[in-house]
Amino acid sequence: MAKLSGVDYFSADDLLFEDEKLVRETVRTFVDSEILPIIVKHNREGSFPQNIVPKMAELGILGPTLPAKYGCAEMNNVAYGLIMQELERGDSSIRSFASVMSALVMYPIFKFGSEEQKDFWLPKLAKGEKIGCFGLTEPDYGSNPGGMVTKAERVDGGFLLNGAKMWITNGTIADIAIVWAKLNGIVNGFIIEKGFAGFTAPEMRGKQSLRASVTSELIFNNVFVPEKNLLPDGAGLKSPLMCLNQARYGIAWGVVGSMMSCYDSALEYAKSRKQFSKPIAAYQLTQKKLVEMLTEITKSQLLNIQLGRLKDGGKLRFQQVSLAKRNNCEIALDIARSAREILGANGILDEYPVMRHAANLESVKTYEGTHEMHTLIIGEDITGFTAFDN
Amino acid sequence: MKIAVCVSHVPDTATRIKIAADQKSIDPAGVSFVLNPYDEYAVEEALKTKEKFGGEVVVLSVGGDRVKETIRKSLAMGVDEGVHLKTDEALDSFAIAQALADEIKSLGSELVFMGKQSVDYDSGMVGQLTAELLSFNSISVCVTFNLDGNTITAEREIEGGKEIVETSLPCIITAQKGLNEPRYASLKGIMAAKKKVIQEKPVASTPALVENLQLKMPTAKNPGRILGTDSSAVPELVKLLHEEAKVI
Ligand SMILES: Cc1cc2nc3c(=O)[nH]c(=O)nc-3n(C[C@H](O)[C@H](O)[C@H](O)COP(=O)(O)OP(=O)(O)OC[C@H]3O[C@@H](n4cnc5c(N)ncnc54)[C@H](O)[C@@H]3O)c2cc1C
Repeated sequence: MAKLSGVDYFSADDLLFEDEKLVRETVRTFVDSEILPIIVKHNREGSFPQNIVPKMAELGILGPTLPAKYGCAEMNNVAYGLIMQELERGDSSIRSFASVMSALVMYPIFKFGSEEQKDFWLPKLAKGEKIGCFGLTEPDYGSNPGGMVTKAERVDGGFLLNGAKMWITNGTIADIAIVWAKLNGIVNGFIIEKGFAGFTAPEMRGKQSLRASVTSELIFNNVFVPEKNLLPDGAGLKSPLMCLNQARYGIAWGVVGSMMSCYDSALEYAKSRKQFSKPIAAYQLTQKKLVEMLTEITKSQLLNIQLGRLKDGGKLRFQQVSLAKRNNCEIALDIARSAREILGANGILDEYPVMRHAANLESVKTYEGTHEMHTLIIGEDITGFTAFDN
Repeated sequence: MKIAVCVSHVPDTATRIKIAADQKSIDPAGVSFVLNPYDEYAVEEALKTKEKFGGEVVVLSVGGDRVKETIRKSLAMGVDEGVHLKTDEALDSFAIAQALADEIKSLGSELVFMGKQSVDYDSGMVGQLTAELLSFNSISVCVTFNLDGNTITAEREIEGGKEIVETSLPCIITAQKGLNEPRYASLKGIMAAKKKVIQEKPVASTPALVENLQLKMPTAKNPGRILGTDSSAVPELVKLLHEEAKVI
């Protein structure tokens, strides 16, 4: 596949700082040389390319916005967004791995953890020596995590954990799980280490989406958790929701990577594929599809840059993140579908990235709050009425 | 030891180029520029040499303000300092070599790395011209480089094979693909580069020896034709090779 030099119809690059562009270039080159050559094989096999983790760590992709004293790059959120965008141009599974590490494991430890927990875990996670996962969703509680039944009870020297989580990215390969469970009826976060007696993390099989990502159940059967593994400042459902807000931000950026990949494939294909007398790119119907893709990509790019600047300025509201996540995931799926149409039968082959992105995006649209949940969040914000029953 | 590395800022090979209205330059609008790929090998070799023997690496680039991006990228890869030799004119190879030679002399650097050519104009002359102006030795198109005391041994690519040569400092090495595997600019490197200094110096004007009259896009190639799939196509093939392609 020809090298992509990026889609930038509105000179959105002019809105980026030099270091932000350099970060994007680094991750773009990494994806071109280390992800694209192997991703089809892993997608077919349903396996995560774990050997790329040290490389990602070396580049500084894990927890890139956290302070330098933990071995992190201390970059801004626009740079973080661009990292997510480039990774997802490769594959949503790779972006998911990085999202979970940064937004759902390192962030809660940084935000809600004790000094000892931060000093101990963050450098190891940044170096990729330890892998983490985030357990919130349960078999019976997805969109409504507040209803969770996983429970922690206080015992001598710590807690006893019982329950189960489902759909947990990285679960089986993780060394630690940030697990949310109710303690006296209030949601709290715990660092559950691989090897704690009674804790197992079997992999879920049969996924037709995000196949190069590990998705698992987490099962807790009378797991003893020492006192020091409770996140001291993490009490309340708002804590995991704050983590999700970080991850959603990254997804809003990430899916633009999938959009660019699909658009680029469709454009190149349309120019070279001849039917009747001309390349299919010369027919108005095809041009309309391509123009709509480009228009939506351009809108999403500009939306994201402002989203990032608001976040860096400390002025971002979570409802704005919902709007970006909701819009961009939906659009990414529309673009993947139009691209598939333009490629005709070839569109269903994994020789092209389109169908892989299309399948991945079904998960991306659902996780970190479904399209409907984000609609209801924004709906409540603008009408003042909540549609959720509490 | 002060190691110098000279880099140029060139259009990304993946971007589609348009010729500007003056017919002599390319239209920079919408074109993304990158560190010249051959210069990446030069930067990597300079950094490896510093890691082995100590010292300092200084990156030099001649051009308008845009080249700062490429200097910054080199700094993000690990180069210590940058010098921007500023000019808004499009210089020919000789003028560029003159600007570099002046700066290398004032830096007092005896080991210089460059790419074997820039992938924009592909002249492939700056390395040797600079060496000549400085009376330095030079080895071009290197695929290996080894420094031992004052002695340099290098392998260079020649038609159909390799040549192993030896020379001594001061020397300019021009890098060919295969010399090494350039490192990424890591995120920490990029952050560190923000704090590094880029000195800006105006380029003294040197009269051009070569004038660029006009740029032209290559003529579009006709698509290939399949004349047949067995021996019955041979007479037609021979005829066309003779009459149309005029190669036999
Ligand atoms: C590949 C993958 C990886 C994942 N990784 C993780 C992870 O690492 N950690 C983690 O904790 N979770 C993870 N998840 C879980 C994910 O966050 C949930 O799937 C998601 O929150 C939706 O929950 P659910 O699947 O139970 O759907 P449900 O909540 O059962 O929803 C089903 C449908 O009903 C709709 N719906 C629900 N309530 C309403 C309502 N009030 N009004 C209108 N419509 C409604 C939903 O929008 C949806 O369309 C992952 C999921 C996938 C697919």
